[in-house]
Amino acid sequence: MITEAETPDDAPKKALIYIFCGACQAENEMKPKDPIRCRECGYRIMYKKRTKRLVVFNAR
Amino acid sequence: MDNPIIMNKYSIERTLGNEIKPYNYDEFVKNFKINIISRSDNDLEFDLVGIDVAVANSLRRVIISEVPSMAIEKVHIYQNTSYILDEILAHRLGLIPLKADPRQFKMKEDENSEPNEHDSLVYEMKIKCTKKDLDALAHKQFISFPVYAKHIKWLPLGNQKDIFTEKDVGIISDDILIAKLRPGQEIELKMFAVKGIPKDHAKFQSVCTAWYRMMPNIKLLDEIKGNDAVLLQSCFPKGVIGLKSVKGVLIAFVEDSRKDNSSRNVFRYKQFDNKILLSKIQDHFIFTIESVGAMDPSLIFLEALNILTRKVNSASESALNQTEI
Repeated sequence: MITEAETPDDAPKKALIYIFCGACQAENEMKPKDPIRCRECGYRIMYKKRTKRLVVFNAR
Repeated sequence: MDNPIIMNKYSIERTLGNEIKPYNYDEFVKNFKINIISRSDNDLEFDLVGIDVAVANSLRRVIISEVPSMAIEKVHIYQNTSYILDEILAHRLGLIPLKADPRQFKMKEDENSEPNEHDSLVYEMKIKCTKKDLDALAHKQFISFPVYAKHIKWLPLGNQKDIFTEKDVGIISDDILIAKLRPGQEIELKMFAVKGIPKDHAKFQSVCTAWYRMMPNIKLLDEIKGNDAVLLQSCFPKGVIGLKSVKGVLIAFVEDSRKDNSSRNVFRYKQFDNKILLSKIQDHFIFTIESVGAMDPSLIFLEALNILTRKVNSASESALNQTEI
Protein backbone atom coordinates (compact mmCIF):
# COMPACT_ATOMS: atom_id res chain seq x y z
CA MET A 1 0.00 0.00 0.00
CA ILE A 2 1.45 3.37 -0.96
CA THR A 3 0.81 6.07 1.57
CA GLU A 4 1.34 9.77 1.18
CA ALA A 5 4.76 9.69 2.76
CA GLU A 6 6.08 7.53 -0.05
CA THR A 7 4.96 9.48 -3.10
CA PRO A 8 7.74 9.88 -5.71
CA ASP A 9 8.39 13.50 -4.60
CA ASP A 10 9.35 12.42 -1.14
CA ALA A 11 11.37 9.44 -2.28
CA PRO A 12 14.83 11.10 -2.45
CA LYS A 13 14.49 12.40 1.12
CA LYS A 14 13.54 9.00 2.48
CA ALA A 15 16.01 6.92 0.57
CA LEU A 16 16.06 3.83 2.73
CA ILE A 17 13.38 1.31 2.08
CA TYR A 18 13.11 -1.82 4.15
CA ILE A 19 12.77 -4.79 1.93
CA PHE A 20 12.91 -8.45 2.80
CA CYS A 21 14.29 -11.26 0.78
CA GLY A 22 12.04 -13.85 -0.79
CA ALA A 23 14.43 -16.68 0.01
CA CYS A 24 15.89 -16.02 3.45
CA GLN A 25 13.48 -13.40 4.88
CA ALA A 26 16.45 -11.17 5.80
CA GLU A 27 15.69 -7.47 5.95
CA ASN A 28 17.68 -5.31 3.54
CA GLU A 29 18.02 -1.57 3.45
CA MET A 30 17.97 -0.29 -0.10
CA LYS A 31 18.61 2.97 -1.87
CA PRO A 32 16.70 3.83 -5.07
CA LYS A 33 19.48 2.87 -7.48
CA ASP A 34 20.80 -0.17 -5.66
CA PRO A 35 20.72 -3.49 -7.50
CA ILE A 36 17.78 -5.61 -6.41
CA ARG A 37 19.67 -8.32 -4.65
CA CYS A 38 19.69 -9.72 -1.12
CA ARG A 39 22.82 -8.93 0.83
CA GLU A 40 22.61 -12.13 2.82
CA CYS A 41 22.02 -14.75 0.15
CA GLY A 42 22.07 -13.04 -3.25
CA TYR A 43 18.50 -13.94 -4.10
CA ARG A 44 16.92 -11.57 -6.61
CA ILE A 45 13.27 -11.63 -5.63
CA MET A 46 12.61 -9.02 -2.98
CA TYR A 47 9.46 -7.90 -1.24
CA LYS A 48 8.62 -4.53 0.24
CA LYS A 49 7.79 -4.58 3.89
CA ARG A 50 4.42 -3.41 5.13
CA THR A 51 4.52 0.22 6.23
CA LYS A 52 4.01 1.12 9.87
CA ARG A 53 0.74 2.83 9.13
CA LEU A 54 -1.93 2.67 11.83
CA VAL A 55 -5.00 0.59 11.05
CA VAL A 56 -7.82 0.38 13.58
CA PHE A 57 -9.96 -2.72 13.93
CA ASN A 58 -12.96 -3.61 16.01
CA ALA A 59 -12.23 -6.72 18.03
CA ARG A 60 -15.48 -8.48 17.19
CA MET B 1 -44.10 -27.85 46.64
CA ASP B 2 -46.36 -30.87 46.64
CA ASN B 3 -46.67 -31.19 42.87
CA PRO B 4 -43.56 -32.84 41.51
CA ILE B 5 -42.97 -33.43 37.83
CA ILE B 6 -43.29 -37.16 37.32
CA MET B 7 -41.11 -38.87 34.75
CA ASN B 8 -42.70 -41.83 33.00
CA LYS B 9 -41.14 -44.17 30.50
CA TYR B 10 -41.98 -42.07 27.44
CA SER B 11 -43.52 -38.91 28.85
CA ILE B 12 -43.30 -36.28 31.51
CA GLU B 13 -46.32 -35.59 33.65
CA ARG B 14 -46.62 -32.02 34.74
CA THR B 15 -48.99 -31.57 37.60
CA LEU B 16 -50.26 -28.05 37.58
CA GLY B 17 -51.31 -26.29 40.70
CA ASN B 18 -48.31 -24.27 41.71
CA GLU B 19 -49.00 -21.65 39.05
CA ILE B 20 -52.47 -20.96 40.38
CA LYS B 21 -51.32 -20.39 43.92
CA PRO B 22 -51.14 -16.64 44.59
CA TYR B 23 -47.82 -15.16 45.61
CA ASN B 24 -47.45 -14.69 49.30
CA TYR B 25 -44.48 -12.74 50.61
CA ASP B 26 -44.46 -14.16 54.14
CA GLU B 27 -44.70 -17.69 52.84
CA PHE B 28 -41.88 -17.04 50.40
CA VAL B 29 -39.60 -15.69 53.12
CA LYS B 30 -40.43 -18.69 55.29
CA ASN B 31 -39.74 -21.28 52.59
CA PHE B 32 -36.91 -19.73 50.61
CA LYS B 33 -33.49 -21.23 51.15
CA ILE B 34 -30.07 -21.06 49.53
CA ASN B 35 -27.64 -23.86 50.33
CA ILE B 36 -24.12 -23.68 48.98
CA ILE B 37 -23.09 -27.17 47.93
CA SER B 38 -19.60 -26.68 46.58
CA ARG B 39 -17.43 -23.70 46.01
CA SER B 40 -14.04 -23.07 44.47
CA ASP B 41 -12.30 -20.10 42.86
CA ASN B 42 -14.25 -20.33 39.63
CA ASP B 43 -17.12 -22.71 40.28
CA LEU B 44 -20.12 -22.41 42.53
CA GLU B 45 -22.92 -24.91 42.99
CA PHE B 46 -25.85 -24.02 45.19
CA ASP B 47 -29.46 -24.95 45.80
CA LEU B 48 -32.29 -22.48 45.36
CA VAL B 49 -35.26 -23.86 47.27
CA GLY B 50 -38.77 -22.43 47.31
CA ILE B 51 -38.56 -20.20 44.26
CA ASP B 52 -40.58 -19.99 41.06
CA VAL B 53 -39.17 -21.38 37.80
CA ALA B 54 -39.63 -17.99 36.20
CA VAL B 55 -37.32 -16.34 38.72
CA ALA B 56 -34.71 -19.08 38.52
CA ASN B 57 -34.71 -18.90 34.74
CA SER B 58 -34.52 -15.12 34.61
CA LEU B 59 -31.56 -15.26 36.97
CA ARG B 60 -29.85 -17.71 34.66
CA ARG B 61 -30.58 -15.55 31.66
CA VAL B 62 -29.37 -12.39 33.37
CA ILE B 63 -26.14 -14.11 34.41
CA ILE B 64 -25.53 -15.28 30.85
CA SER B 65 -26.45 -12.13 28.96
CA GLU B 66 -26.48 -9.05 31.19
CA VAL B 67 -23.68 -9.21 33.76
CA PRO B 68 -20.97 -6.88 32.43
CA SER B 69 -17.28 -7.59 32.09
CA MET B 70 -14.19 -6.10 30.46
CA ALA B 71 -12.94 -7.13 27.01
CA ILE B 72 -10.72 -5.77 24.28
CA GLU B 73 -12.83 -3.72 21.90
CA LYS B 74 -10.48 -1.70 19.66
CA VAL B 75 -7.16 -2.84 18.26
CA HIS B 76 -4.69 -0.39 16.75
CA ILE B 77 -2.43 -2.37 14.47
CA TYR B 78 0.85 -0.67 13.64
CA GLN B 79 2.62 -3.63 12.15
CA ASN B 80 1.53 -7.15 11.40
CA THR B 81 3.60 -9.22 9.02
CA SER B 82 2.49 -12.52 10.52
CA TYR B 83 0.40 -15.03 8.60
CA ILE B 84 -2.68 -14.12 10.61
CA LEU B 85 -4.77 -11.43 8.93
CA ASP B 86 -5.34 -8.15 10.74
CA GLU B 87 -9.07 -8.57 11.29
CA ILE B 88 -8.74 -12.17 12.45
CA LEU B 89 -5.95 -11.20 14.82
CA ALA B 90 -8.12 -8.39 16.19
CA HIS B 91 -11.01 -10.79 16.66
CA ARG B 92 -8.79 -13.29 18.48
CA LEU B 93 -7.51 -10.56 20.78
CA GLY B 94 -11.07 -9.51 21.57
CA LEU B 95 -11.92 -12.96 22.86
CA ILE B 96 -9.06 -13.06 25.38
CA PRO B 97 -10.50 -12.98 28.92
CA LEU B 98 -9.16 -10.24 31.19
CA LYS B 99 -8.69 -10.32 34.95
CA ALA B 100 -9.96 -6.77 35.45
CA ASP B 101 -12.90 -6.42 37.83
CA PRO B 102 -15.70 -4.75 35.82
CA ARG B 103 -17.20 -3.13 38.93
CA GLN B 104 -14.24 -0.78 39.10
CA PHE B 105 -14.94 0.63 35.65
CA LYS B 106 -17.68 2.64 34.04
CA MET B 107 -19.52 1.86 30.85
CA LYS B 108 -18.11 3.91 27.99
CA GLU B 109 -20.81 6.41 27.11
CA ASP B 110 -19.61 7.49 23.70
CA GLU B 111 -17.97 4.81 21.64
CA ASN B 112 -15.66 7.26 19.88
CA SER B 113 -14.53 9.27 22.89
CA GLU B 114 -10.92 9.21 24.04
CA PRO B 115 -10.22 6.33 26.44
CA ASN B 116 -9.77 7.49 30.01
CA GLU B 117 -8.78 5.88 33.29
CA HIS B 118 -12.37 5.27 34.41
CA ASP B 119 -13.63 3.33 31.42
CA SER B 120 -10.70 1.82 29.57
CA LEU B 121 -7.66 -0.37 29.87
CA VAL B 122 -4.81 -0.21 27.41
CA TYR B 123 -2.54 -3.08 26.48
CA GLU B 124 0.37 -3.30 24.15
CA MET B 125 2.06 -6.11 22.30
CA LYS B 126 5.34 -5.71 20.45
CA ILE B 127 6.96 -8.87 19.29
CA LYS B 128 9.34 -9.83 16.55
CA CYS B 129 10.62 -13.26 15.75
CA THR B 130 14.32 -13.55 14.94
CA LYS B 131 16.33 -16.53 13.78
CA LYS B 132 17.75 -16.73 17.29
CA ASP B 133 14.31 -17.24 18.82
CA LEU B 134 13.68 -20.18 16.57
CA ASP B 135 17.08 -21.73 17.21
CA ALA B 136 16.44 -21.53 20.92
CA LEU B 137 13.16 -23.32 20.48
CA ALA B 138 14.40 -25.76 17.85
CA HIS B 139 15.10 -28.60 20.23
CA LYS B 140 11.47 -28.46 21.32
CA GLN B 141 10.45 -29.14 17.72
CA PHE B 142 8.77 -25.81 17.22
CA ILE B 143 8.77 -24.75 13.63
CA SER B 144 7.44 -21.32 14.45
CA PHE B 145 7.67 -18.94 17.35
CA PRO B 146 4.46 -18.95 19.40
CA VAL B 147 3.07 -15.64 20.66
CA TYR B 148 1.32 -16.11 23.98
CA ALA B 149 -0.86 -13.88 26.12
CA LYS B 150 2.15 -13.33 28.38
CA HIS B 151 3.66 -11.15 25.66
CA ILE B 152 0.86 -8.64 26.16
CA LYS B 153 1.81 -5.75 28.40
CA TRP B 154 -0.57 -3.51 30.29
CA LEU B 155 -0.10 0.24 29.89
CA PRO B 156 -1.57 2.20 32.84
CA LEU B 157 -3.76 5.15 31.89
CA GLY B 158 -3.82 8.24 34.11
CA ASN B 159 -3.86 7.26 37.78
CA GLN B 160 -4.47 3.57 37.08
CA LYS B 161 -0.89 2.92 38.09
CA ASP B 162 -1.74 3.70 41.73
CA ILE B 163 -4.95 1.68 41.80
CA PHE B 164 -4.11 -1.49 39.91
CA THR B 165 -1.19 -3.77 39.34
CA GLU B 166 -0.55 -5.90 36.28
CA LYS B 167 -1.85 -8.84 38.34
CA ASP B 168 -5.29 -7.20 38.81
CA VAL B 169 -5.95 -6.23 35.23
CA GLY B 170 -3.77 -8.53 33.14
CA ILE B 171 -4.76 -11.50 31.01
CA ILE B 172 -6.32 -14.40 32.88
CA SER B 173 -3.86 -17.00 31.72
CA ASP B 174 -0.30 -16.61 30.46
CA ASP B 175 -0.41 -19.38 27.90
CA ILE B 176 -3.22 -18.36 25.57
CA LEU B 177 -1.86 -18.81 22.06
CA ILE B 178 -2.44 -15.73 19.91
CA ALA B 179 -0.33 -16.28 16.78
CA LYS B 180 2.74 -18.05 15.49
CA LEU B 181 5.62 -16.21 13.83
CA ARG B 182 8.32 -17.18 11.34
CA PRO B 183 11.71 -15.43 11.47
CA GLY B 184 11.49 -11.78 10.45
CA GLN B 185 7.77 -11.51 11.10
CA GLU B 186 6.56 -9.03 13.64
CA ILE B 187 3.43 -7.83 15.36
CA GLU B 188 3.08 -4.43 16.96
CA LEU B 189 -0.28 -3.33 18.26
CA LYS B 190 -2.19 -1.54 20.98
CA MET B 191 -5.42 -2.81 22.48
CA PHE B 192 -8.20 -0.89 24.20
CA ALA B 193 -10.47 -2.79 26.58
CA VAL B 194 -13.87 -1.47 27.60
CA LYS B 195 -16.76 -2.62 29.75
CA GLY B 196 -19.69 -4.22 27.97
CA ILE B 197 -22.52 -6.68 28.38
CA PRO B 198 -22.62 -10.15 26.80
CA LYS B 199 -25.88 -9.35 25.01
CA ASP B 200 -23.76 -7.11 22.79
CA HIS B 201 -20.95 -9.62 22.20
CA ALA B 202 -20.03 -13.00 23.71
CA LYS B 203 -16.55 -11.74 24.60
CA PHE B 204 -18.09 -9.73 27.47
CA GLN B 205 -19.37 -12.86 29.17
CA SER B 206 -18.29 -13.21 32.78
CA VAL B 207 -19.40 -16.83 33.05
CA CYS B 208 -18.34 -19.79 30.95
CA THR B 209 -21.85 -20.95 31.53
CA ALA B 210 -24.52 -20.92 34.20
CA TRP B 211 -27.31 -23.44 34.42
CA TYR B 212 -29.78 -25.06 36.73
CA ARG B 213 -31.53 -28.40 36.97
CA MET B 214 -34.42 -29.46 39.11
CA MET B 215 -33.73 -31.71 42.04
CA PRO B 216 -34.44 -35.32 41.06
CA ASN B 217 -36.42 -37.47 43.47
CA ILE B 218 -36.43 -41.24 43.43
CA LYS B 219 -38.99 -43.25 45.34
CA LEU B 220 -38.92 -47.01 45.61
CA LEU B 221 -42.55 -48.10 45.81
CA ASP B 222 -41.73 -51.71 46.48
CA GLU B 223 -38.88 -53.55 48.12
CA ILE B 224 -36.21 -54.49 45.60
CA LYS B 225 -33.78 -57.16 46.70
CA GLY B 226 -31.21 -59.66 45.55
CA ASN B 227 -29.95 -59.49 41.98
CA ASP B 228 -32.61 -56.94 41.11
CA ALA B 229 -31.15 -54.58 43.68
CA VAL B 230 -27.72 -54.85 42.06
CA LEU B 231 -29.31 -54.26 38.65
CA LEU B 232 -31.17 -51.24 40.00
CA GLN B 233 -27.92 -49.83 41.35
CA SER B 234 -26.33 -50.19 37.91
CA CYS B 235 -29.20 -48.24 36.30
CA PHE B 236 -28.20 -45.04 38.11
CA PRO B 237 -24.94 -43.11 38.41
CA LYS B 238 -22.61 -44.08 41.23
CA GLY B 239 -23.87 -43.28 44.69
CA VAL B 240 -27.56 -42.83 43.87
CA ILE B 241 -28.74 -46.26 45.01
CA GLY B 242 -27.21 -47.94 48.01
CA LEU B 243 -27.38 -51.59 49.05
CA LYS B 244 -27.82 -52.85 52.55
CA SER B 245 -27.75 -56.40 53.71
CA VAL B 246 -30.66 -57.53 55.84
CA LYS B 247 -30.36 -61.12 57.03
CA GLY B 248 -28.08 -61.96 54.14
CA VAL B 249 -30.35 -60.44 51.44
CA LEU B 250 -29.33 -57.29 49.62
CA ILE B 251 -31.98 -54.58 49.72
CA ALA B 252 -31.80 -51.42 47.61
CA PHE B 253 -32.41 -47.99 49.11
CA VAL B 254 -32.07 -44.44 47.78
CA GLU B 255 -28.77 -43.07 48.98
CA ASP B 256 -28.48 -39.71 47.25
CA SER B 257 -30.95 -38.76 44.54
CA ARG B 258 -29.10 -35.51 43.79
CA LYS B 259 -26.47 -37.45 41.85
CA ASP B 260 -29.10 -38.86 39.48
CA ASN B 261 -28.91 -37.50 35.96
CA SER B 262 -32.49 -38.49 35.09
CA SER B 263 -31.50 -40.92 32.36
CA ARG B 264 -34.60 -43.04 33.10
CA ASN B 265 -32.54 -46.13 32.48
CA VAL B 266 -34.61 -48.16 34.97
CA PHE B 267 -37.62 -48.17 32.69
CA ARG B 268 -35.83 -50.54 30.31
CA TYR B 269 -36.34 -53.45 32.70
CA LYS B 270 -39.72 -55.14 33.13
CA GLN B 271 -39.05 -56.21 36.69
CA PHE B 272 -39.05 -52.57 37.85
CA ASP B 273 -42.47 -51.77 36.36
CA ASN B 274 -44.58 -49.84 38.86
CA LYS B 275 -41.92 -50.24 41.51
CA ILE B 276 -40.13 -46.95 41.04
CA LEU B 277 -41.34 -43.36 40.90
CA LEU B 278 -38.96 -40.89 39.31
CA SER B 279 -39.84 -37.24 39.71
CA LYS B 280 -38.43 -33.74 39.84
CA ILE B 281 -39.06 -31.36 42.68
CA GLN B 282 -40.51 -28.26 41.05
CA ASP B 283 -39.17 -25.59 43.34
CA HIS B 284 -35.74 -26.96 44.12
CA PHE B 285 -33.10 -25.79 41.68
CA ILE B 286 -29.51 -26.94 41.59
CA PHE B 287 -27.77 -23.89 40.21
CA THR B 288 -24.24 -23.97 38.86
CA ILE B 289 -22.18 -20.94 37.92
CA GLU B 290 -18.81 -21.27 36.23
CA SER B 291 -16.90 -18.01 36.22
CA VAL B 292 -14.37 -17.16 33.54
CA GLY B 293 -12.11 -15.84 36.28
CA ALA B 294 -12.51 -12.07 36.46
CA MET B 295 -15.16 -12.20 39.17
CA ASP B 296 -15.97 -14.63 41.94
CA PRO B 297 -19.04 -16.70 40.94
CA SER B 298 -20.91 -15.60 44.07
CA LEU B 299 -20.35 -11.95 43.09
CA ILE B 300 -21.66 -12.69 39.61
CA PHE B 301 -24.82 -14.06 41.21
CA LEU B 302 -25.21 -10.97 43.40
CA GLU B 303 -24.64 -8.73 40.40
CA ALA B 304 -27.33 -10.65 38.50
CA LEU B 305 -29.73 -10.15 41.42
CA ASN B 306 -29.06 -6.40 41.34
CA ILE B 307 -29.66 -6.23 37.60
CA LEU B 308 -32.87 -8.22 37.92
CA THR B 309 -34.10 -5.99 40.75
CA ARG B 310 -33.37 -2.91 38.66
CA LYS B 311 -35.30 -4.40 35.74
CA VAL B 312 -38.29 -5.25 37.93
CA ASN B 313 -38.28 -1.78 39.46
CA SER B 314 -38.21 -0.03 36.11
CA ALA B 315 -40.96 -2.33 34.82
CA SER B 316 -43.23 -1.59 37.80
CA GLU B 317 -42.44 2.10 37.51
CA SER B 318 -43.45 2.23 33.87
CA ALA B 319 -46.57 0.21 34.68
CA LEU B 320 -47.53 2.77 37.33
CA ASN B 321 -46.94 5.62 34.91
CA GLN B 322 -49.18 3.91 32.38
CA THR B 323 -52.17 3.83 34.71
CA GLU B 324 -51.78 7.52 35.53
CA ILE B 325 -52.26 8.41 31.87
